[in-house]
Amino acid sequence: MSARNRELLGLIPASLLVTAGFAGVFIQRSNVISNVSLTYGAVFLGLCLVAHVVIRFTLPHADPYLFPLVAALACFGIVVVYRIDPTEARRQAEWFVIGLILFVATIVIFRDYRKLERYRYTIVAFSLLILALPRVPGIGQYSNGAYLAIKVPGLGGFQPEEFAKIGLVIFLASYLRDTRQLLVTGGRRVLGLTLPPIKHFGPILVIWGVAMGIMVLLSDMGSSLMLYGGLLAMLYVATGRISFVLVGLAAFALGAWYLGTHIPHVHARVEDWLHPFDPRLYNAGLGSFQIANGIFAQAAGGMFGQGFGQAVLIFPGTNFHLIPAPETDMIYAVITDELGLFGAAALLVVYLLFIARGLKAAVLARDSFSTLLATGLTAMIAIQVFVIVGGVTRVIPLTGVTLPFVSYGGSSIVANFVLLALLLLVSDRARRPVV
Amino acid sequence: MPIGRLFAVIVVMFALLVFFTTRWTVIDAASLNNNHLNRLTLVSQLRIKRGKILASDGTVLARSVPAGGRTWKRVYPTGSLFAQAVGYSNLTEGSAAGLELSDGPDLRGLQTGLSSIFGQLSSNRVGDDVYTTLDARGQRAAMQALGGQDGSVVALNPRNGAVLVMYSNPSYNNNGANPCGKGAVGSCFNRATQASYAPGSTFKIVTASAALDSGLYTPNSTINGNSPITVSGVPLANDGGQSWGFQSLTTALTFSINTIFAQVAERVGRGRMADYMKRFGFYSLPPLDYPPTEMRASDVIGFNGKAIPPGSPQEDIGRIGIGQGGLSVTPLQMAMVAAAVANGGKLMTPHLTARVVNSAGATVKTISPSVYSQVMSATAAHELTQMMTKVVEEGTGTAVQLTGISVAGKTGTASIGPTGANLTEPSFVAFAPAENPRVAIDVTVDRSQGGFGGTVAAPIAKAVLQTLLAEGR
Repeated sequence: MSARNRELLGLIPASLLVTAGFAGVFIQRSNVISNVSLTYGAVFLGLCLVAHVVIRFTLPHADPYLFPLVAALACFGIVVVYRIDPTEARRQAEWFVIGLILFVATIVIFRDYRKLERYRYTIVAFSLLILALPRVPGIGQYSNGAYLAIKVPGLGGFQPEEFAKIGLVIFLASYLRDTRQLLVTGGRRVLGLTLPPIKHFGPILVIWGVAMGIMVLLSDMGSSLMLYGGLLAMLYVATGRISFVLVGLAAFALGAWYLGTHIPHVHARVEDWLHPFDPRLYNAGLGSFQIANGIFAQAAGGMFGQGFGQAVLIFPGTNFHLIPAPETDMIYAVITDELGLFGAAALLVVYLLFIARGLKAAVLARDSFSTLLATGLTAMIAIQVFVIVGGVTRVIPLTGVTLPFVSYGGSSIVANFVLLALLLLVSDRARRPVV
Repeated sequence: MPIGRLFAVIVVMFALLVFFTTRWTVIDAASLNNNHLNRLTLVSQLRIKRGKILASDGTVLARSVPAGGRTWKRVYPTGSLFAQAVGYSNLTEGSAAGLELSDGPDLRGLQTGLSSIFGQLSSNRVGDDVYTTLDARGQRAAMQALGGQDGSVVALNPRNGAVLVMYSNPSYNNNGANPCGKGAVGSCFNRATQASYAPGSTFKIVTASAALDSGLYTPNSTINGNSPITVSGVPLANDGGQSWGFQSLTTALTFSINTIFAQVAERVGRGRMADYMKRFGFYSLPPLDYPPTEMRASDVIGFNGKAIPPGSPQEDIGRIGIGQGGLSVTPLQMAMVAAAVANGGKLMTPHLTARVVNSAGATVKTISPSVYSQVMSATAAHELTQMMTKVVEEGTGTAVQLTGISVAGKTGTASIGPTGANLTEPSFVAFAPAENPRVAIDVTVDRSQGGFGGTVAAPIAKAVLQTLLAEGR
C-alpha cells in the first residue's frame, strides 16, 4: 500500500473520533441536537481530506502517519472545545481553515525548505522581536500575571511565542549544522564528562539568555521552559554530548531558582504549585484556585471519566466557572474529568506516536540541517505538551501554554500547522527514493 | 543514537505525566473528592435527590424539589412546627441540623465504595425516605397548648422508646435561606434536648425510685414532714412553710413535701442516687438518633458553673433529691424518667427514626426497640405508678385528670429569677393510662408569673395526652 493510501486510511480513526465525540455531546444535550452541529463534523473531515489531497500531490513520500495523528488530535480538540463552548468551536474551525491555508502555503513556498537557511539571521531577529512584543505598552496583553499575547484588531489576542518557537528552531538547526563540529572537538574530560572549550558555550549562553529574558521580561515560565527544552534537545542531538545538557539544565535550574524567588509572579506560581490546597493561596489573586480546581476535576474523572459532556464546569444555577480557562490552559483537566485516566493516557499516547514519527523523520533525514530541524520541531511539541500537562497535573508549576492541536487558540493552531508542514517537508525529502 | 536517547527521555517525561494523572484520578481521588475546597463535591451532593422525611402518619415533613441544573433543594411543608426535630440541610452553606443532619447518610442513599473508584457513575442518585416516630397531630396539639409560651413538650411511647412529640417554642423557619444564621427569626435552640432546666419536684420521681427499689423505703414508710429542717447547713422549708408531721412516702409525693424527700435523698445517699440517675440516663448524652451537637447531658452544676461529678461530696444531695441543688435537666431526660416508670422500670432507648424506605418502596432499615437500662424492679415501678396516680387523683396534679383514663404524674415548680420576683418554671411529668401506659410526657414552661406545674404545665400535658390517646396509642 502506498504511503498516501495509508495516510487516507489513517484518517479513519480521526473521523470515528469526531463522529463519536459529537454524538456524545449531542446525546448529553439532547435538547439542542441540530443538524447545524452535525455539519461541524462533516466540514471538519472535509478539511482533513483537502489537506490529504494536497499532501498526496505535493509531498508523496512524506511520513503517512504524521498527518492522521494530527487530524485525530485536532478532531478530538474541536469536540472538546465544542463541548465547552460551541461559539469558540466555530471560531476554532475558522482558525483551522486559516491554519490549513498556511499549511498549504508553507508546503508550496518552502518546497525546498533548505532555502530558509539563507534567512536564518533575519528569522532569528524577527522571532526575538515578536517574542518581546507582548511587553510593548499599548499592544501587549497582560493576563494572569504574564505577558503572553499582543492585541491584533479583529483577531483578538495573538501569541507570538507559538511562531517564534519555529523561527528559533530553524535558526538553531542551521547554526548548529555549521558549528557542531567545533563544539565537539577539543575539550577536556572532567569527572568522566567531556566538557567543550569554554568559548564554545556561547550558543548555550545565548539560549539561556533568551529563556531568562522571557522569564524576566514576560514573566512567562511556560514559554521559557518550552523554548529552552526544545533548543537543548537540538544541541544534544547536534553534538551528542550529554555534558551540554547537564550544564544547560544546571544553568536553567539556577536561573529559574533565582527568578522563582525574586520575581513575584514567578514566585507566586511556584507557591501555588507547592501548596495548591492552602486556603490562603486558594483564595488569593493569582492564587492556586485554577490548579486546585483542575486537580479536583481530574479526581472527579476517576479511572474511566464521567463521560462526554458530564463534567461540571459551571456551578449549577450560577455563572460561576469552576475551572478558569477550561478550553485553553485547563483543557487536559476537562478531558480527564470526562474521559478519565484512560482517555487522558490515550491522548498522551497519540502525542507520543506523533513524536516518534517526527523523530523518525529526523533519523531518516540525509543532511544534518534537516535532522536538526525535525528534531527541534518535534521536541518543541513534546515539551509544550509536557509543560502544559505537567502544569495541570502538578508535575511542574502551571504556566499558560496551549495543548498543541487540541486547545482553543488561533495562534497555536496556525503555528502548529506550519510546524507540521515543515516536518512533512523534511520527511518527504528524507523518504524520497534516491534516483 | 542521540535521537533515540532523546525519545527515551521524552517517554520518561510522558510516563511522569501519566503517573501524576493516575495520582489525581485514582490514588488521591477519594481525599480530593472530600477536600473542603472542592465545589464539585458540593455539586454532586446537590444532585442527589435526598429522600423525604415523614411523620408516622405519612405527613411529609421534608422533601426535595428541583432547583435547576439537575440539582435539588429542600422544602419543609410543615415549617416551624417540626423544625426542631427535622432540622434543615443547607449544602451550599455546609450547615445542617436535626434529623437532616443525623439521618443524612440514609437520606442521601447508600454509597458504595465502587463509586469512588469508577467516578460518579450514578448521576441521578435518589436517597431513601425516612419515616419518623413523630405524631403529626400530637405535635400540633403541643404547639397549640403551649400557646406561644417559651417551653417544650416531649412525649415518648414508653414501651418502645418512640419519640411521639418533640416541640420547642420558639421554633424557627427551616425554609429560610440560612435559618440558624445571623438575622434569622426564631430559635434553633432545641429546648427539648439542649436546655438546662431545674426540674424541681418532678425529680422526686427519681428520688422515690431509688428509695423504693433500694428497699430502704416502702410507699407506706412514714417520715417527719415538719418544716423547716436543716439540709447541708442551710434551712429548707416546704411550700408555704407548712409542717406536715409524720406522713407516708405516698402522701409526701402526692403533696410534694420537700422536707421528707430531702431526708429520703440524704438517707439513700450520694452514691446510690448517682447510680439510679445514671440508669435513668443522667450524666450521658441522650441515646437519641439526633445530632450530638444538639443535645446535652442532664447533670448537676456547681456554683462555679461546672458539672459536679456523680456522687461527689460536693453535692447537696438533700436538695438534689427535690430537684434543686444545681440539678440541670433536659425535658427529654424527664420524659425518659416518666417512660422508665411507665414501662415497669425498664427504660427503652428513645428514637426518632422508625424506618428507612428506599425509592422503590422497600423497607431497608427498621429501628427495633432496645432496652437502655433496667432502672428499677417492676414492683418498685408499680408502687411508684400508684403513688404518681394519687398525685393526679388528689394531689398537685389534678388539672391533668382525663375522663375514664387514669393518669400518673408529678408536678414541678422551680423558683427562678431574683428572690421575691415570684417567677417560676412550671413543669409536669406524666404517663397514661396508668395501668397500661402508652404515652409518657414532659412539659416544661420557661417562666411563669407565680404559676405552678399543676396550673400551667399540667393542662398542656392534658391536651397533648388527650390527642395522643384518642388516636388509640
